[in-house]
Amino acid sequence: MVLEKLPIYLEKIPGGQIVITDYNNLLSWSRKNSLWPLTFGLACCAIEMMAAGASRYDWSRFGFEVARATPRQADLMIVAGTVTEKMEKRIKLLWQQMPEPKYVISMGNCANTGGPFYYDSYTVVKGVDTIIPVDVYVPGCPPRPEGLLFGMIELQKKIMAQKKPL
Amino acid sequence: MKEDSAQDFITEEYLLNMGPQHPATHGVLRLVLRMDGENILDLVPDLGYLHRGFEKIAENRTYKQFLPFTDRLDYLAGMFNNHVYCLAVEKLLKITVPPRAEYIRVLVSELNRIASHLVWFGPFAMDLGAITPFLYAFREREMIIDLLESVSGQRLTYSYFRIGGVAQDLPDDFIVQAKAFCEYFKPKVDEYDTLLSKNIIFIKRTKNIGVLPKELAIDYGCSGPVLRGSGVAYDVRKNEPYSVYKDLSFDIPVGTIGDSLDRYNVRIEEMRQSVRIIEQVLEKLPGGEIMAAVPKVVKPAPGEAYARIEAPRGDFGFFIVSDGSDKPYRLKIRAPSFSNLSVLPELVKGLKISDVLAVFGSIDIVLGDVDR
Repeated sequence: MVLEKLPIYLEKIPGGQIVITDYNNLLSWSRKNSLWPLTFGLACCAIEMMAAGASRYDWSRFGFEVARATPRQADLMIVAGTVTEKMEKRIKLLWQQMPEPKYVISMGNCANTGGPFYYDSYTVVKGVDTIIPVDVYVPGCPPRPEGLLFGMIELQKKIMAQKKPL
Repeated sequence: MKEDSAQDFITEEYLLNMGPQHPATHGVLRLVLRMDGENILDLVPDLGYLHRGFEKIAENRTYKQFLPFTDRLDYLAGMFNNHVYCLAVEKLLKITVPPRAEYIRVLVSELNRIASHLVWFGPFAMDLGAITPFLYAFREREMIIDLLESVSGQRLTYSYFRIGGVAQDLPDDFIVQAKAFCEYFKPKVDEYDTLLSKNIIFIKRTKNIGVLPKELAIDYGCSGPVLRGSGVAYDVRKNEPYSVYKDLSFDIPVGTIGDSLDRYNVRIEEMRQSVRIIEQVLEKLPGGEIMAAVPKVVKPAPGEAYARIEAPRGDFGFFIVSDGSDKPYRLKIRAPSFSNLSVLPELVKGLKISDVLAVFGSIDIVLGDVDR
């Protein structure tokens, strides 16, 4: 689904036309429409992430359906759930294993800030952005699948607005 | 140079690491397998990747404040977690819940049980290579989630129960909708049977795989469908009836030898029984209050209480010690997934690596429940 139109210039020639566009735009446009997420569920939010991929919400409408189990083939990491100190090292490792360009969506309050476990919990990391850079934060406990899809579309806009995608 | 033959090969044992990021471990469980070629010699589950310290948090929250936390324990069965916590606190306070509230509790719990079993059914089939059942299961699950959302306002973490009753009455068209859902869902379970239960590949992957003998299941403290799959007809709803389960008629499905297929069949049959319970509750639903008289500040007298229910994964218990203040002195959670997971090393010994998923999926654990 093309949400924003690609800036193009149409050169009319006899018998057809030639599309002229900016290389960066073309790259961002194709990149944003085939984001491959890493299947990586941590806690409750992972169920809503599954629901976003399943029958009713169907994220393949927006080009996310190629969920990869290995970080080496993925370019979008959805941190769905509570990040604990034991998991922290693993998340960092997974993020480092992903090839550039890579994007991170922090899904749910736990991944955003620590959420309901901010106080009095001795294991929960207070936000995944203390470990890895985050592009889009989706609030909610857990966010609805619509919320996650909105966050992903926001990420697509962000990718399209990149000045130098390489 | 000496000529090699198959007998002269020196094989070495090796360790295989599975998880915590693995699509089939259903969360953040790490399994360390000791392997000889493709054969499993030993398996050690490494827990704690989702340990959030619920029991410690409970000591710093008032009784009413802790209720929303319980949803996040076994996040596929939020209603059950609410239920058992409320039962334990009600036992401490010696409150009787009005009959309408009890019936509503059973109604939403059984709907939640079907939803939870569907989330097991889909990914279990997906682990064995069938993707379609996943989409079918989630189609039906969304309808249950719509019903539960209409009563509680949330899709997953409901916090619908209150100490002494439920938060609000059922919406006007709920009974009609729930009846329509029951009628819709009954043929769907038969459809799952046609899709998967009688599929020859599926049966070959699960039959006689991961056999759990009756005695071993009891020794390890297994409960729920894992125990019933081994042929023990133990269900807290029948053996120690709570709420209004003693007024409802339903059967306890049991397996015969306790392999993965038996555990699968028990859960499929449980979905049918849940529909039966829902239909009876919808017929019998009495009028009246939905909340008992509960003091604004819950301060139980010093003492202790243990409550248990039959959650989708088994015998779920809360033990609360009160010292007379408005916060629990100590709270212990007995999680069914933890005991069920502990039997996994016994089940997979001697199997091939690809059978681990067939066994692991049939045990159906939730990591929020295991690690707490």
